Amino acid sequence: MRIRLTSVFVDDLQHALEFYTDVLGFTEKHNIPLGGGASWITVVSPQEPDGAELLLEPAGHPAVGPYRDALVADGIPLAQLTVDDVQQEVQRLTDRGVTFTQQPMDIGDHWVAVFDDTCGNLIQIVSAKQPQP
Amino acid sequence: MTGKQPLAYRQVVADVFRALDDETRRLILDELAAEDGRTLFDICTLLTMRHGIASTRQAISQHLAILEGAGLVTTQRRGRTKLHYFHPEPLAEITRRWPTPREGTH
Repeated sequence: MRIRLTSVFVDDLQHALEFYTDVLGFTEKHNIPLGGGASWITVVSPQEPDGAELLLEPAGHPAVGPYRDALVADGIPLAQLTVDDVQQEVQRLTDRGVTFTQQPMDIGDHWVAVFDDTCGNLIQIVSAKQPQP
Repeated sequence: MTGKQPLAYRQVVADVFRALDDETRRLILDELAAEDGRTLFDICTLLTMRHGIASTRQAISQHLAILEGAGLVTTQRRGRTKLHYFHPEPLAEITRRWPTPREGTH
């Protein structure tokens, strides 16, 4: 069993594609029109083009709103992304206008921080203090 | 202060002492006193990483509700996120009632 695809709910598919590519720096991998204006869109890291894909899932289902609102109210991130250096990434994204709900926090072996992805979610970034093998 | 206290005052003081009668809640106040404006998620992370407390988020949420009920924590929304702030004013009531002599003044 392997993990090749995971997903985040997004308010607006086109805005989400722009944010996840232009701002975060992912690459569009699949963009399959499903008819009726819907598309099946995934992004990947340019560092791992054959790695796990992130599906941008439209947040239209009525259960998504209350579920995400409750998580965001408590500051709980919906997904975790790995970066080389949390402090550098926080600086880079803050310069791009991204809001952090949690500034870099030392949790022992790692640094973490949490930002608002402007698509309805909080996302955590994490970096190891020592380079991982 | 001397004599019989009004009922409302006694209730406030009772809530403050009850809120402080728990090590996890005292640690939450320590962390908020050091740096406040924190989310529930932040507070849970700090308690786990710095103090080895592995309570559930629901339990920490209940601790925060007790602290808020006693007036020791206030909350404020920033965007869609709820932030928690340290509010020490009820503690001043305790020192007003039982003043502690400062060094060299007694």
